Amino acid sequence: MLEVRALTAGYGPVTVLRGVDFDARAGEVTCLMGRNGAGKTTLLKAIMGLVETAEGTIRLSGIDLHDLPAHRRPGHGLAWVPQGRRLFGPLTVAENLEVGGLLHGHRREVREHVLTLFPRLRERLAQPAATLSGGEQQMLAIGRALCLEPKVLLLDEPTEGLQPSMIALIRDAVLRLKAEGVAVVLVEQRVDAVLKMADRVAFMAHGRVEEMVEARKLEHGARQFLDYVGV
Amino acid sequence: MAFGPFLLLALMEGLVTAAVLALAASGLALVFGVMRVVNVAHGEFFMLGAVIAWFVASLIPGPAWMAFAAALVVAPLAVAALAALADALVLKRLNYDPEATIVATIGLLYMLQQAALTVYGPDARPVAAPFDLRLQLPWFGYSGYKLFVIAAAAVVLAGIWALMTHTRAGLVMRATQVDRDVARAFGIDVDRVYMGTFALGAGLAALAGVLIVPITQAHYLMGGDPLLLSFIVVIIGGLGSLRGTLVAALVIGLSDGVISMFFSPTLAKILATLLVALVLVFRPQGLFGTRT
Ligand SMILES: Nc1ncnc2c1ncn2[C@@H]1O[C@H](COP(=O)(O)OP(=O)(O)OP(=O)(O)O)[C@@H](O)[C@H]1O
Ligand SMILES: [Mg+2]
Repeated sequence: MLEVRALTAGYGPVTVLRGVDFDARAGEVTCLMGRNGAGKTTLLKAIMGLVETAEGTIRLSGIDLHDLPAHRRPGHGLAWVPQGRRLFGPLTVAENLEVGGLLHGHRREVREHVLTLFPRLRERLAQPAATLSGGEQQMLAIGRALCLEPKVLLLDEPTEGLQPSMIALIRDAVLRLKAEGVAVVLVEQRVDAVLKMADRVAFMAHGRVEEMVEARKLEHGARQFLDYVGV
Repeated sequence: MAFGPFLLLALMEGLVTAAVLALAASGLALVFGVMRVVNVAHGEFFMLGAVIAWFVASLIPGPAWMAFAAALVVAPLAVAALAALADALVLKRLNYDPEATIVATIGLLYMLQQAALTVYGPDARPVAAPFDLRLQLPWFGYSGYKLFVIAAAAVVLAGIWALMTHTRAGLVMRATQVDRDVARAFGIDVDRVYMGTFALGAGLAALAGVLIVPITQAHYLMGGDPLLLSFIVVIIGGLGSLRGTLVAALVIGLSDGVISMFFSPTLAKILATLLVALVLVFRPQGLFGTRT
């Protein structure tokens, strides 16, 4: 589904990604792990076209994304839930979802689907996004991305700073998307969450994916967790 | 004349100032809000609106109202097109860097001013008001055209407000204002939004220029005052806040009218400047702005 090859990218003179190979398959959850600063967020941004890529290719269903500007990429089935949520804070919940649905003409049943997944958003449609609780904000960030009806969903640390019940809710949503055939890329730092959700785990260090492992071959205390995450 | 009628007259004059100022300043606020560009050339778009209105009026024969109506349409559109061009040729290439665009728009200010001097000349020229009505009050007569200016500005500003809050274009602009990268990730063509916003902002300034020209005449240096006052209004109202801009324009316009009438225009300017200083010290985000 999503195929990244030998990707080199960074911010101006700073090279962050140095030859990343990575892929994500439909109906699978691929977790991305690595220490702070390993380049996980940068990889997702590069896939979205938000950082300049120097070398390498990014393909989605066989289509090369290289010459597509960022705003043309979601139309090909990519959606992104950024680290730190990055909602449109002054806009209402409904308006945030509306921005999510801009490309598809804001279809009613898509929005209904999102609101069924996260019923708490329905009660807060008219409220500015900035006034939501942390968990609600994360639901909205995911819901906004789902309005794009993505084939590939990139989630950057969606459980950061959330309480267990909220994490469980987000995990259920991720597993449901997986069952629907979405290719989920999940940046996640917590081992137990990764073991519960992942089909495969990519370990990043030094701006590269150093290892790509089937999740069922991993367990708590596995060497990779020690090497790449330090737990 | 008793105090009451004097005050009424002062308030009406103040409302005219406020109306024109609100139009010009909302253009500046929109551009700063959405694009984070401080457009120093904003006053020149105002001037160009007035100057183009003069050209249009002198080219179109027939009754004054027809010439003026044509100017009201042609001048803002022409200025908006020019602004779109400036966006594509200059601002976009600077990647909308907040500092570089200040320098660039200073350059644009001089270019537009010198171009106007070359083509239009150094004279101040009048444009006839579209109609010659006078509203006769018991104490004094008042120009019907000035009332038209107030009404026209109110209609346009209501339209802008509706555009921002109730249309897809407005939603796209507000989303871009908050986070342009995330906006891109949802399919928003930020370059197009910026071009449209810059054109709209310039068009609003030009419209203000057209409306004022039957009252004050067109002159190639007329952009300075509105630029300064627009900045004052935008700072007091809160950078990029449309509502704050409108309220501040009313405050500045009305107090300018009243203080100019009862004391002196200079005192009005001094107090406005003092108000800016107070806002900057005690509430730097402006009366309606949010801290970022
Ligand atoms: N806008 C930027 N400009 C310059 N360098 C940046 C920028 N954003 C990130 N970097 C650098 O790129 C490197 C990778 O950052 P990135 O955010 O991709 O890491 P990450 O793996 O997501 O880390 P974390 O776990 O803390 O989120 C870091 O060294 C960081 O300093
Ligand atoms: Mg990160």
